[in-house]
Amino acid sequence: MSDAKDAPAEAKDAAAAAKVGAGPVGTDAADTPQKGTEAALEAGSQNIPATPDAGDRPPLEVIDVRTGMFGVPGDGDTSGFGGLVRTVAMPSASERPYGGWFDEVVDILAEVLGEGGTAFDDAIERVVVDRGELTLYVRREHLVPVCQALRDDQDLRFELGLGVSGVHYPGDVDRELHAVYHLCSVTHSRRIRLEVAVPDADPHIPSSVSVYPGHDWHERETWDFFGIVFDGHPALARIQMPDDWPGHPQRKDYPLGGIPVEYKGASIPPPDERRSYS
Amino acid sequence: MASTQGPHATQHIVDESTQGVPSFEASGGDWSEIAEEALRLGEERIVVNMGPQHPSTHGVLRLMLEIDGETVTEARCGIGYLHTGIEKNMEYRTWSQGPTFCTRMDYLAPLFQETAYSLAVEKLLGITQDVPERATVIRVLMMELNRVASHMVALATGGNELGATTIMMHGFNAREEILKIFELVTGLRMNHAFVRPGGVIQDIPPGALDTIRESLGTIRDYMGMLGDLMLANPIFKGRLVDVGHLSLAGCMALGITGPVLRSAGLPYDVRKSDPYCGYETYDFDVPTSTDADSFSRVVLRLEECYQSLRIVEQCADRLQAMGPGPVMVADKKVAWPAQLAIGSDGMGNSLDHIRQIMGTSMESLIHHFKLVTEGFRVPAGQVFQAVEHPRGELGVHLVSDGGTKPYRAHFRDPSFNNLQATALMCEGGQVADVVVAVASIDPVLGGVDR
Repeated sequence: MSDAKDAPAEAKDAAAAAKVGAGPVGTDAADTPQKGTEAALEAGSQNIPATPDAGDRPPLEVIDVRTGMFGVPGDGDTSGFGGLVRTVAMPSASERPYGGWFDEVVDILAEVLGEGGTAFDDAIERVVVDRGELTLYVRREHLVPVCQALRDDQDLRFELGLGVSGVHYPGDVDRELHAVYHLCSVTHSRRIRLEVAVPDADPHIPSSVSVYPGHDWHERETWDFFGIVFDGHPALARIQMPDDWPGHPQRKDYPLGGIPVEYKGASIPPPDERRSYS
Repeated sequence: MASTQGPHATQHIVDESTQGVPSFEASGGDWSEIAEEALRLGEERIVVNMGPQHPSTHGVLRLMLEIDGETVTEARCGIGYLHTGIEKNMEYRTWSQGPTFCTRMDYLAPLFQETAYSLAVEKLLGITQDVPERATVIRVLMMELNRVASHMVALATGGNELGATTIMMHGFNAREEILKIFELVTGLRMNHAFVRPGGVIQDIPPGALDTIRESLGTIRDYMGMLGDLMLANPIFKGRLVDVGHLSLAGCMALGITGPVLRSAGLPYDVRKSDPYCGYETYDFDVPTSTDADSFSRVVLRLEECYQSLRIVEQCADRLQAMGPGPVMVADKKVAWPAQLAIGSDGMGNSLDHIRQIMGTSMESLIHHFKLVTEGFRVPAGQVFQAVEHPRGELGVHLVSDGGTKPYRAHFRDPSFNNLQATALMCEGGQVADVVVAVASIDPVLGGVDR
């Protein structure tokens, strides 16, 4: 819990620093990982249809660098794509104005948190507006007060907690595990996303069950699939996998499993070991 | 959270591939704890394990009931018996292959998962506005028919669990009519993979609108019969009225949506509050009740079926009026290269397309091959898309890392969330009421476990 504040807000630097040789695939060619927003934008936008709002999109946050064209390690590169280096990047912090009701919600939340003695910048790492959706990156120690404010303030009223799920970003150093909360305001017809990032070495997040009792099973599922420990949860047991199951299956380092399929003498490997485009 | 060896008959599997995987062990085994505690206390207390293979639990749902006489003092759910890792599997398939997987989650409402997923991918791509109007109307038509089919099964199985076989037969007969339409339009009765990112995979066949209009009459007849059988039936009402009560406060706290929430009086429906697929242009009502019991949920489901049929009629009229047109985005980087048709050999092929790629255009062949094997890339980012599923709010959370496959696909399934209400609905009631209360939630375990 205590070192959460040390979690780097500038994941870009951390990502760039740790990226050398981190790519799971490719040749041993000494490719210098590209960094910076230009390369990231390039990577994120190749081979995709032009979108009308491409110019409005926030700059991207580099979380990984991939080399080669095919996602499976080990097989000799005969494709000629071994030298290909591509950055994987997520949308990063947005600038004001966020547009629509987003500014209003962020302002009110800052005000409510301020009344409780918490500075907005302490609680919220960054605000991302992407594809018409508002995401608040919350520091874990402030998650419950933020949820409480979002639920109870009459101008916010995100009274419906739609659940928790996880995303595992092995390349996002010291922020590998993300818990994602989707809240809905029936009163104002608004939706908001909270995201909490924690390091794999210390996967603890305070439980939101006290604010949204419906998150009970969702947090159990996130624990089950990702190994995020929700402190204060009433009974954090596995829910989908058997109680004695080893590992957390939705993590990226957990194998998909499956057996090779044999057909007329040829053997087709399971989907996660096949050569495929990454 | 202590690392203990659970009291299980079989040792868990330890193999090479799981050795380095980070793992925290939580001791479960709550069943043995209950049994031990019961033995220690020595009270006249019975713990009943209902399911997972029990005809009255609406699927492979395990209920652990602590009963005192006929009164349930504690009810817990055990789920996960149908967990198949669909979300994990989707991370290893292209964006276009996703519908084939997510359609199998809630197997009674496959078209909702497909549509929600496709809408989410379109949002990620930024092509929501480019989806042809005709495809959107077909999606709405199919979803609303699916809603009727799903509600029919909810009522049918709910009746069957009370021993009312006639209700079951009528419900399934009505669903059969809809499945025939599905088979006509998509080729399959369930697991359609019909709605794809960018539109739908095929236009409705000629004459389908007439067939649909004819079937609506038959479906209405069955619904009328079901209404006659259930709504004024003293035995049925005796079993359902005031059973499985869940107040509005309870619903909101637990994040319950769908007919259960509306039975408590809140007219929350994603089709109205956050419209998608042009639902704001259709004329329909959101029925509610304030009784908050199992009977009101039956009435609401029946009423919702009539509202859905209203929407289906509007869709049929619109499709008739707009005439033929594209059902997939024009962008050939996303759209499948060929519109399939049933050939004389009964196989789904497009002879014109085959002639083109095999005979005249190498570039077409390359494009086809690349699109099918590699798929299209989706810009990095994440979206959440909600649709009103027969059982509540279905949310799809998709994360893209800019690749050809979803980085993470999570489905917030309404059954999964709503099942949490079991304890609140059942505790203090009788054992027989548990069956009624669970049926009124209408969980589909394929969606719960995914």
